[in-house]
Amino acid sequence: MRSFVPIAIVVAALAVVPLLVHSNVVLNFLVVALMIALAGQGWNILGGYGGQYSFGHAIFFGTGAYVTAILQVKFGVNAWLAFGTGIAAGAVVGVVVGWLAFRAGLRGSYFALVTLAFAEVLRILASVTPITGAGVGTLLKLDLRFAALQFESRAVFYWLILALVAVALIVTYAVERSRFGAWLTAVRENEDAARALGVDAVAVKLGAMVISGAITAAAGCFYSQYFLFVDSHIAYGAWISVEALLTPIIGGAGTIFGPLVGALVVKALGEGALLVTGQAPGLDLVVFGIVLIAVVGLAPRGLVGLRAQLAARWRRARAGEASRG
Amino acid sequence: MLSPVILIPALLNGLLTGAVYALVALGLTLIYGVLHIINFAHGALLTAAMFAAYFAFQVLGIDPYLSIFLIAPLFFAIGYALQRFVIGPASHGEDRNMLLVTLGLAVVIENALLFGFRADTRTIDVPYAFQSIDLGFTYLAVPRLVGFVAVFAVAVVLWLIMTLTDIGRAIRAVAKEKLGAQLAGIDVAHVYAVTFGLGTACVAVAACLLMPTYYVNPGAGNAFVLVAFTIVVLGGMGSVPGAVVGGLVIGVVESLSSLFLGDSLGQVGIFLIFIAVLLVRPQGLFGAKA
Amino acid sequence: MAEALLTVEGVSRRFGGLLAVGAVSLIAAEGRITALIGPNGAGKTTMFALISGFLKPSDGSVRFGGDNVTGEPAHRLARRGIARTFQIVQPFAGLTVRENIRVGAHLRHAGRAAALAAAEAVAREVGLAGLLDAPADSLTVAGRKRLELAKALATEPKLLLLDEVLAGLNPSEIRDIIPVIRGLRDRGITILMIEHVMQAVMSLAEHVYVLAEGRIIATGTPAEVACDPVVIEAYLGHGAAKRLARAP
Repeated sequence: MRSFVPIAIVVAALAVVPLLVHSNVVLNFLVVALMIALAGQGWNILGGYGGQYSFGHAIFFGTGAYVTAILQVKFGVNAWLAFGTGIAAGAVVGVVVGWLAFRAGLRGSYFALVTLAFAEVLRILASVTPITGAGVGTLLKLDLRFAALQFESRAVFYWLILALVAVALIVTYAVERSRFGAWLTAVRENEDAARALGVDAVAVKLGAMVISGAITAAAGCFYSQYFLFVDSHIAYGAWISVEALLTPIIGGAGTIFGPLVGALVVKALGEGALLVTGQAPGLDLVVFGIVLIAVVGLAPRGLVGLRAQLAARWRRARAGEASRG
Repeated sequence: MLSPVILIPALLNGLLTGAVYALVALGLTLIYGVLHIINFAHGALLTAAMFAAYFAFQVLGIDPYLSIFLIAPLFFAIGYALQRFVIGPASHGEDRNMLLVTLGLAVVIENALLFGFRADTRTIDVPYAFQSIDLGFTYLAVPRLVGFVAVFAVAVVLWLIMTLTDIGRAIRAVAKEKLGAQLAGIDVAHVYAVTFGLGTACVAVAACLLMPTYYVNPGAGNAFVLVAFTIVVLGGMGSVPGAVVGGLVIGVVESLSSLFLGDSLGQVGIFLIFIAVLLVRPQGLFGAKA
Repeated sequence: MAEALLTVEGVSRRFGGLLAVGAVSLIAAEGRITALIGPNGAGKTTMFALISGFLKPSDGSVRFGGDNVTGEPAHRLARRGIARTFQIVQPFAGLTVRENIRVGAHLRHAGRAAALAAAEAVAREVGLAGLLDAPADSLTVAGRKRLELAKALATEPKLLLLDEVLAGLNPSEIRDIIPVIRGLRDRGITILMIEHVMQAVMSLAEHVYVLAEGRIIATGTPAEVACDPVVIEAYLGHGAAKRLARAP
């Protein structure tokens, strides 16, 4: 169980932050960064470990956000129950989309396209159907009680999202060690070879899609509780599909801590860009895009893998010198 | 039942809009046919070209139809450089990386435009924007007719390039058998970049054809490109006739479904076709069964 | 003759208008090594794809251990005990040798520790024990061939389909791996192999089928097949057998 230790250390270190820092700005920054990390952790299971690059993870984020909001506002369901149902709904959407896409044998570009298209369909539908509040969106009632899953103090929200991130870290760890995880990475590396070894590739990818959907949906559920508002652009917009894949890719796809590292770095860069330009829209995303291209080009294993990559290069250079000398 | 008085113009309009869709799709399918990736930066490049056409008119006073001869070569060069110096080197030859890099480019271009020009919607004012030809039973808008003719001109030029020139032959060789082409001494990186440049030039032409009647803002290209994805999938990835026919079909479907369902649900119709085709027949209606 | 583990009966496969294999019947006897040989393009690899579930036969039936398994998907056949190697090796390139073999081992071992232990045992058997932590894409051609074999073996198959595991190896590497294959047979694994290296076929196989242009043209012991004029013609062209017979 020695490998649990890094997770425990990281989570514990993050947990004490609100005790040391009381600035609402800083806490708000961290809450949003952790929420994006959570969305990215979902993507990482399917994309990082399974090699199935979704360009439409908004389908899960948005479903979680809407289910949480609508159940409370339209049906008077308890906030905690609505939150849990939102996560389950993400898993169900994962089953449906995954079953359709993987049964049809979609991979690579095609899988990216079909997820993108599903997100667009849901966004357009959500912008016209009455139950989502159509173009106006859905507003949650301010109700600062524990039972309503709303808190006066940002610190409590912070610990809530940190707890969710911690659960996702442990799930990722468990996946990585398990038979399912071995099969999933095998499918990523070479699907035909995996099938020859008895791996039911469709079932494995479907499983990854379900876990992935549930985790990213949890980030959406949290969004609704934290901001108390959701509309079709927030829920199913391209921004979250992009950020959900950006964070693991930059941090290190297929690694346990990749999405967390990526989210903190990406969000810090974004804030920096906005600070420099005085909140003008666009520049933060320009920075994200450049970082994405740079990481893919220069550090294909992400920031987490960078150390190993540099060490390997150094060793090779040394070996080269030794053989020449 | 709707009367032919409404139906026929809707049909014709659909065909004419479809021609521009076809042009955007042509660029996409060309790139897919050779590089085997979907260029997710296609929409952002279309938007950028529309901005170029806009400023060519506003600043230099060049009519959008004339600026084709300026902007298409410019965007060929941009496309060539992007593939040669950004997408190619950053992807390490992995398809998954190419997807990510083109997505990253899309994010960069679109938001650089947003940062530079704000979210304002801009239009240009040309005298022929609302001119139309009376066919007796209906009217044809002049700009759409010009677009329709221009698309076929572009298709012919592309076909001539592909069949008559050395680079065209090299492109077809690489599309068919990359390794073999490489062994025969063809510079694959160059061919990839030329193809990407041609695809980008196609959207540049489309942008110039759109500007007289359409508007531009930093997200303007996306609407077209999602439709273009649909067309390319419908027509079969990499199939040029598929892109042209698919573009016309989708133009008509959109025009008719907007008539019956309203604009936004009309778009849902397209995406549902898209998803259905992907799931049932991913090789497209014209593509050969794998 | 020993009992048949695999029985292929009248299997055909068409690609569009092209008949890749036509009405092929063959048997792999339990505990024996059977070889499938033939000139390039004869349809051997297509036969393997049909037997291992990567392609569905257009016609005919495949029986394995008494069950009709025609058209079952690859992963289910692997669970039944059919493992295959690929002619063009298919390693999980980003993983280490140990992780590669572990994927196969997980078919029979759910737990991580058990699968890793099984993977190590297989690595020792095929001579990869020293390279367990090497990345798969750092292996030599011979190493990759061994890894291909190891992954398949880790699924603990009853029937092993070997698709040219010796191709691309030098004579000393071939000499090293032949006893490994014989060792597998000796511990009860039935083997069906596609092979071009005739020396290996002659020394390993107990029964040989010759496939040409999608049809079985000869069958028998290696010695019988080697001097069959029909076989010589298939390999060397029309009239070759006669010319060879006339040669002094």
